Amino acid sequence: MFAGENGLQGDPRLKAISDAIRVVPHFPKPGIMFQDITTLLLDHKAFKDTVDIFVDRYRDMDISVVAGVEARGFLFGPSIALAIGAKFVPLRKPKKLPGEVISEKYVLEYGNDCLEMHVGDVNHGERAIIIDDLVATGGTLSAAITLLERVGAEVVECACVIGLPEFKGKCRLNGKPLYILVEPRQ
Amino acid sequence: MSAFRDQDPRIHGIQTKIRVVPDFPREGIMFQDITTLLLDPKAFKDTIDLFVERYKGKNISVVAGIEARGFIFGPPIALAIGAKFVPLRKPKKLPGEVIKEEYVLEYGSDCLEMHVGAVSAGERALVVDDLIATGGTLRAAMNLLERAGAEVVECACVIELPDLKGRERLNGKPLYVLVESH
Repeated sequence: MFAGENGLQGDPRLKAISDAIRVVPHFPKPGIMFQDITTLLLDHKAFKDTVDIFVDRYRDMDISVVAGVEARGFLFGPSIALAIGAKFVPLRKPKKLPGEVISEKYVLEYGNDCLEMHVGDVNHGERAIIIDDLVATGGTLSAAITLLERVGAEVVECACVIGLPEFKGKCRLNGKPLYILVEPRQ
Repeated sequence: MSAFRDQDPRIHGIQTKIRVVPDFPREGIMFQDITTLLLDPKAFKDTIDLFVERYKGKNISVVAGIEARGFIFGPPIALAIGAKFVPLRKPKKLPGEVIKEEYVLEYGSDCLEMHVGAVSAGERALVVDDLIATGGTLRAAMNLLERAGAEVVECACVIELPDLKGRERLNGKPLYVLVESH
């Protein structure tokens, strides 16, 4: 589901957020139009609006876990977690987390990888959201959902700043709803 | 300067939430794990508040955070003080034109990159990371900002390992930390 389809139709903040994202052609390989959110982080108002939109959505949903996918999920997740009183759980590439971990393999838009979470970060029955900057194939987010479900958490929603248009409407990922602010720019 | 010495009552709560993991990433290293701090909403909020209280109203327009743990602390500080956030990243991660700075780590060597145009000449900047060890990474970060013409006002870290003397490697720039670990 896109924010503009549900509750935020015509919200001027969404256009400003979209306009603040830079497209870098042929990165990391030819043919890929990379959606660069670093320019959004340089626009204080647009960055704050991005966080505020997610906070407004999740603050009354009894969420105790915000899980962020390394590394760009770390740019948005902690601010959301702090504002809604939830813990922040980093989901990381292999060998970065120092303690005991559980791992989940996944296929990327361009390559494969593995995601890890610390054992004990999340308890059975906790309500969680997962945050990343962008959803494309959904491979990384699917791995993240699986990690949280393996420890018994309930994934309430996946939240992304940018998402491909196929995620409009009631489209779900592993049965979980998505909430996306803007489509990729051309 | 260390907030620990100032004995703000929030510091003890922050310090107790940091987990030490022995022999990570190699034998002999006592790794300071801040992920346990992030699991305590009050302690995490106190951490951010201590930095925000120090830097708000000081005309700082840039908070630069070092990948990846600097990305956890930097953005909340930037948002609260009205500054932009600039990620300083490992090679080949930033998609646009970059400037690069090589540095020696506590364990190995690496290179840090910043987007051209992220920072303008004359801007006042902070550098944020979770921890300062030898100071090599922070020094590289400061160099990137200064090469772009910014003024580095201070380096800010949650944890300092004072025995590694990183503070002395910051070209005289001040360092502010919340806790020390010996």
